[in-house]
Amino acid sequence: MQIKDLLCTNGIATTCASRMLAEYIPVYDATAVARLREHGAVLLGKGNMDEFGMGSSTENSAFFPTRNPWDTGRVPGGSSGGSAAAVSAGAAPFALGTDTGGSIRQPASFCGVTGLKPTYGRVSRYGLVAYASSLDQVGPIARDAADCALILQSIAGHDSRDATSLPDAVPDYSAALTGDISGLRLGVPSEYFAEGMDAGVRAAVTAAIDQLAALGAEIREVSLPTTQYALACYYIIAPSECSANLARYDGVKYGYSHQGDGDMWEAMERTRQHGFGPEVKRRIMLGAFALSSGYYDAYYHKAQQVRTLIRQDFAHVFEEVDALAAPVSPVVAFPIGERTDDPVRMYLVDVYTLPVNMAGLPAMSVPCGFSNGLPVGLQLIGPHLSEDRLLNIAHTYQQATEWHRERPGI
Amino acid sequence: MFCGCPADYQAAEPNTRTCPVCLGLPGALPVINRRAVEYTVLTGLALNCRIPEFTKFDRKNYPYPDLMKGYQISQYDLPLALDGFLEIDGDTQLGLGRRRIGVERVHLEEDVAKSYDDRGEGYSLVDVNRSGVPLMEVVSKPDMRSAEEARQYLTLLHSIVQYLGVSTGNMQDGNFRCDANVSIRPVGSQILGTRTEVKNMNSFRAVYQALEYEVVRQREVIEDGGAVVQETRGWIEEREVTVSQRSKEYAHDYRYFPEPDLPPLRIGPERVAELAAELPEFAPQRSARFQADLALSGYDADLLAGSRSMANYFETTLTLRDADAAEVANWMLGDLARLLNQDHREIDASPVTPQRLADLLALVADGTLSTSLAKTVLEEMYATGGEPADIVREQGLGQISDTGAIEAAVAEAIAANPKAVADYISGKDTAARFLMGQVMRLTKGQAQPELALRLVQEGLELQKTRGSLEP
Repeated sequence: MQIKDLLCTNGIATTCASRMLAEYIPVYDATAVARLREHGAVLLGKGNMDEFGMGSSTENSAFFPTRNPWDTGRVPGGSSGGSAAAVSAGAAPFALGTDTGGSIRQPASFCGVTGLKPTYGRVSRYGLVAYASSLDQVGPIARDAADCALILQSIAGHDSRDATSLPDAVPDYSAALTGDISGLRLGVPSEYFAEGMDAGVRAAVTAAIDQLAALGAEIREVSLPTTQYALACYYIIAPSECSANLARYDGVKYGYSHQGDGDMWEAMERTRQHGFGPEVKRRIMLGAFALSSGYYDAYYHKAQQVRTLIRQDFAHVFEEVDALAAPVSPVVAFPIGERTDDPVRMYLVDVYTLPVNMAGLPAMSVPCGFSNGLPVGLQLIGPHLSEDRLLNIAHTYQQATEWHRERPGI
Repeated sequence: MFCGCPADYQAAEPNTRTCPVCLGLPGALPVINRRAVEYTVLTGLALNCRIPEFTKFDRKNYPYPDLMKGYQISQYDLPLALDGFLEIDGDTQLGLGRRRIGVERVHLEEDVAKSYDDRGEGYSLVDVNRSGVPLMEVVSKPDMRSAEEARQYLTLLHSIVQYLGVSTGNMQDGNFRCDANVSIRPVGSQILGTRTEVKNMNSFRAVYQALEYEVVRQREVIEDGGAVVQETRGWIEEREVTVSQRSKEYAHDYRYFPEPDLPPLRIGPERVAELAAELPEFAPQRSARFQADLALSGYDADLLAGSRSMANYFETTLTLRDADAAEVANWMLGDLARLLNQDHREIDASPVTPQRLADLLALVADGTLSTSLAKTVLEEMYATGGEPADIVREQGLGQISDTGAIEAAVAEAIAANPKAVADYISGKDTAARFLMGQVMRLTKGQAQPELALRLVQEGLELQKTRGSLEP
């Protein structure tokens, strides 16, 4: 297995792709890692990523960008780019990634592999270096749904060290792969097929939905009106939580420490100035501002209230349908360097994945075709704790299609 | 508070009570300590607070090397307990009587690591043992009107948390800390003056002195035409002054937000009722009961009820022996207290158990021991942890009540002290007491005192009649 470098591995460097932790070696295993080890998984290496999970292309790694195996001039997606690329290139049979705003699903779709973000709390976050505590989740990236089911089985379940982990029993995911989705009510949210989407993406996702209909699913048009607010909501909540989560990196206890002249405060400032990359600094500043006196109500508090509306939106829709089908991203893998000058343009690639994290729901990315030779991912979204249902939909689709078996030419 | 590390930071070697959670290592997560929450609710109930159904933790963000995560997990707007009070006697010197001092809130948070600064070598050291230890904060309303009232409030609060077993209440160890806010205003004004916060007081006496000092200092500032600056001041014990700490800190925007790693807690009325049933009878009520039912003096009752362990020891001894309450009180507050104080021991650690004390008092009651001998036996019991009956037997300390044995000593005392005999015959009755003392000495203190005195008096009377019979 490959493990994204945001998860602690005992005795093995865990850098979070940051200069701040370039030489940091944890003294314990993350729970998800420990559980996989207990099941006999062998660690092949740690996966490159966007620094501290912040990014959508793995270009924010402090060390080097990872290249998409389908076109090495393009990004693999992010932030779990290294993990998706490794599985895509056959360097590892599966990987553990993390998803805060789409960081498993989006790189999985860009690299043509299968990824799953579980329900928030389904998998323990103990040992996952925190970015946005109320959004982060650990999940599998593998070649197909059946593999994802096996991995999820090993890592899911309550952990007494994570107060946000769910006590609910873990079902037998592999047994849920019946290959039968007849009668499944599949919603297609109109807001996820807006203008500006890549035509090839639209075509591939639409074809996939048709395929699911042919397999017995009943397709219904639905609406999620709060979709347009998810991006703004995310970019207040996540930076706010991250500004606190990254406050511990001050060069005093561990990690990068920039000494030199001046007093302790000056050393701390320099440590953070040089230890963090620009996107991380950007988000810390955004978050500190959003939480600051006089602004808390207008930004953070308001964003949390909007979040409740987003969650209610999904809950309402899931009274009508059993799952949703949509694109993962409006685009396919873009060239390295294309969006690095414009943060907001970079943020926009995640518009369809962010709402899912806001609502804490499970979702998958399933390879469903190509656009100009680059992989396209179909997103499946389910209600709370419906991983078994999503895996079965994906598995059924993968029994009838070959997209997930395609391999890059490298 | 949020991990499993032991909280014995005072005794432990530095940085030996740590784990990824209280070190704030990347990836570590907090988990709420249930008993700490229960202790806080119990304290809130003891302080007559309202326990809201929903409570949560919040992150208080500020950078400092002793704050491992760069934020402290505390409680901001939904604390565990709200709107309570304590009743104090009031500062009678100011004409203030018994009344309520409001308690604003009781909340729970984690302690920070301990810094060792200004060692003169150009660096500071951090001991992380204390990081993450639970801290319960009781915030009073500004209802106290003098240092004396502050002292009363603190003493009562101290007694309550000790009684609950929530804290040892030891200020020197840092288990009971006090920060005080104080302001002054012209007599009759309804508006509170600008307050200063005073820290670094390590005893109740220091709190009292610091507040008295600060009141005088503020008064001088105002009378000199100035204005009191709102600031934090540290109490300097050696110089008995407060000193401004303004330069050490700048105003922090703590950017509070709800702790996303910890779900909010619901403490329902059923649970609150269960906890309320755990509340013991506190010191003031227990003392009142001792006075009413056992006819103890207010002074003695307050002392005995002062700590839960003292009061329990007292009541246990009474039941074991159906004894006279005043007698038990005398022994506990006299000789036993003296022995414990010499060793700085709490009564829980007394080698003299309630059973043994009861047995000792039984030996006095049945005449086996005189009171003064019993004191000796008590000392031996304390030193060795032995049973009183065994000690009496081993040392042959049983009171001599055999008349014949004492008569021999009486005869010896009379023969050896002719002057005393002469004094008695010429009318000095006190000489009898002197001779009785001699008899006690001769019998190694074991003669029954009343019997010894009677036999001495008889012997002296005999001398008198003999003398008058001499030609």
